[in-house]
Amino acid sequence: MSESLYQEIILDHYKNPHGRGLREPFDAESHHVNPTCGDEITVRVSLDGEKVADVSYDGQGCSISQASASVLHELLTGESLDEAFATEAAFTQLMQGKGQVEPDEDVLGDGIAFAGVARYPARVKCALLSWMAFKDAAARALSGEEK
Amino acid sequence: MAHQAASPLDVDRIRKDFPILERRLAGDRPLTYLDSANTSQKPRPVLEALTEHYERHNANVARAVHQLGEESTAAYEGARDKIAAFIGSPSRDEVVFAKNASEALNLVANTLASGLAEDPRYRLGPGDEIVITEMEHHSNIVPWQLVAQRTGATLRWFGITEDGRLDLTALEELVNPRTKIVSLTYQSNLLGTVNPIQTVVEQARKVGALVLVDAAQAVPHMPVDVSTLGADLLAFTGHKMCGPTGIGVLWGRSEVLAALPPFLGGGEMIETVAMEGSTFAPVPHKFEAGTPPIAQAIGLGAAVDYLTGIGMDTIHQHEQVITAYALDRLRHVEGVTIVGPDSTVERGGTISFTVDGVHPHDVGQLLDEQGVAVRVGHHCARPICVRFGIPATTRASFYLYTTTAEIDAMVDGIEQVKRFFG
Ligand SMILES: Cc1ncc(COP(=O)(O)O)c(C=O)c1O
Repeated sequence: MSESLYQEIILDHYKNPHGRGLREPFDAESHHVNPTCGDEITVRVSLDGEKVADVSYDGQGCSISQASASVLHELLTGESLDEAFATEAAFTQLMQGKGQVEPDEDVLGDGIAFAGVARYPARVKCALLSWMAFKDAAARALSGEEK
Repeated sequence: MAHQAASPLDVDRIRKDFPILERRLAGDRPLTYLDSANTSQKPRPVLEALTEHYERHNANVARAVHQLGEESTAAYEGARDKIAAFIGSPSRDEVVFAKNASEALNLVANTLASGLAEDPRYRLGPGDEIVITEMEHHSNIVPWQLVAQRTGATLRWFGITEDGRLDLTALEELVNPRTKIVSLTYQSNLLGTVNPIQTVVEQARKVGALVLVDAAQAVPHMPVDVSTLGADLLAFTGHKMCGPTGIGVLWGRSEVLAALPPFLGGGEMIETVAMEGSTFAPVPHKFEAGTPPIAQAIGLGAAVDYLTGIGMDTIHQHEQVITAYALDRLRHVEGVTIVGPDSTVERGGTISFTVDGVHPHDVGQLLDEQGVAVRVGHHCARPICVRFGIPATTRASFYLYTTTAEIDAMVDGIEQVKRFFG
């Protein structure tokens, strides 16, 4: 059942989320909502110079949106901001690729399990929810630092 | 299983009227369509009426002297007659065509807000109150929020009780002499609750407030008679009652429609136009600017004929039987919680529920893989979800073609969902 959508990796992240919960200190946060289904997520970014020291999050939503936030935490924490934005861009490209994009495991790690989600247009938004919130929060954290 | 009442409908025969119900989905699975509150399926007579109109009679209405124009106009106005009879309207002129229920509701909100009515009872301003309920579809919330913002009127609402009923304890305080209009749903599209319209109408009468009923989920499923309901205005939408998309209805008492100023301006809604100003056609045409959805209105007329041929009482009884069966089966599924009234008393065939530990999105996806089409999310009624502290629900909704076997398929599907996420 749902072989291509509900990969084991996704279910694992859903049942045992990594890094869930909002943590202090943080430099910026962003709250995103999926208006069609009501899923919500808050993402906080904590920077240490050019490095992403922590990405923390909390929210409610389906297995896809929650697992995706867990993968995001795992991938981006500890990366440089440039790397984090590159990873974000790769994940977004995979999700918007309608199933035609071949994911790079070196860049996306467990994120490659979401390749099948790209074939379900109604679920792409779920997968991208936390990533869009991260992008927002990181941009805010950066502009805050430049002040 | 509880004793099961028999349906008065020959559902197998009914289903043959709906070609789409024979559809096979990916993997050759049969279709179990439990999403009729979202939109209903269309019977053959409606599909044929659309085709016949375009193949034989197509022309614009009310502005052609040729034969096709006359045929088209007669069919369009004939649909108005059918709909008037279907809802017990004392006059055909009380039936206004709109593009859907949302537009019909917006028509009322916007004309009241325009300030153009001569009679002050039909003008909203600071100090006036608009009353809605927490169980409205967004289509009966957002227009009033916008209108309140624009006019300075105050928006107030009835709450919902723990068992999913309208909380009427504050009725006399909420509907008071400052109230200009009460706009409420007849049947909730999320909870299935059927509201006591008459009780609200009585209080509104006492204080001189108008009552607008959103009957989008009522007219398709039960006999509705506006001549005894007591409401001033009533909105519904064609696509949920076996009709095409793109056609809705606003019914209004003659004097109310006459007192409301025009909504959209354009062709067909005028009496005479000069550069300095215009005068307007009498109702209903005053509210039908531009070329109307002609084929869609004719299609809705065919839908009304179809429903009348079966009988709205019979359809209602069938849905009560299916709803009782579904409530009973769902009640016995561990981890399933029904959101809304737990019996068929004053409730229709729309059942929302949650499954412990599984998000509705995932429930819907896995049911779809088994050919069971339900709706998931907040169903354009987010305040209800907020009221019950849940992000979303899974919703199964029934119609005249729904069978107990389909309910069984859904319940089997839910068991599979639980195993998958267990
Ligand atoms: C109770 C209720 N009101 C209004 C509407 C709006 O109908 P439509 O989208 O056809 O305008 C719906 C359905 O979506 C509904 O269920």
